[in-house]
Amino acid sequence: MADQLLDAKGLNCPLPILRTKKALKDMAIGDVLTVQATDPGAVKDFEAFCRTTGNELVDSSNANGEYHFRIRRKQ
Amino acid sequence: MNGENAKSMSIIVTKGSLDWAYPPFILATTAAAMGLDVTMFFTFYGLTLLKKDLNLSISTLGNPAMAMPMMGAHMIMPNLISALPGVDAMATSMMKNLIKKKGVASIEDLRTAAIESDIHMIACQMTMDLFEFKQSDLIDGPILGGAATYIETATKCDINLFI
Repeated sequence: MADQLLDAKGLNCPLPILRTKKALKDMAIGDVLTVQATDPGAVKDFEAFCRTTGNELVDSSNANGEYHFRIRRKQ
Repeated sequence: MNGENAKSMSIIVTKGSLDWAYPPFILATTAAAMGLDVTMFFTFYGLTLLKKDLNLSISTLGNPAMAMPMMGAHMIMPNLISALPGVDAMATSMMKNLIKKKGVASIEDLRTAAIESDIHMIACQMTMDLFEFKQSDLIDGPILGGAATYIETATKCDINLFI
């Protein structure tokens, strides 16, 4: 298992999603990617991204305008 | 690329100004990231977006919804002023500054992302003839085709957009 961290802070739509897709592609199934973002639109977008791609949104949190999404690669 | 059961989307790209270049590239790259097979058909002014040298600009003329943030307020340009020489250039440079400041991708970056995610691109042959573009003016990758080429793709797509 090699979990990864992706810094997408300061990036606007659709860059956090594009970078996430790129990062997940190089990870093994079951690994967890933590994405840091500051785009408020990312909350809905990561939910939709995970539902559509079949990856698991393990959890998401928000502290002081910084969002963290943990995504487990499923396929 | 995404298997036979992948969903698919096509976009007809008809506009080539800096602002209108965003919706097709944002939607196409995001759809590809979400596992869709994506085709973009570049026709009329949209074909400009395939040129090697992108030199895109915006015009405030006839664009009453373009409210640019300026010193805490929003500025809408009256048409009479928009028509003056230099105003479009100024608005374009303001827009480019905003794009950078707000962490919005450049069109160049989005186009590269589109190519890297294997998005199919069709350059409209008729537009090439009409505006006297040579294939060497365009980036590598797009195939040349016409309406029938696009329609064949569109009949198989789950989503078809015209932008």
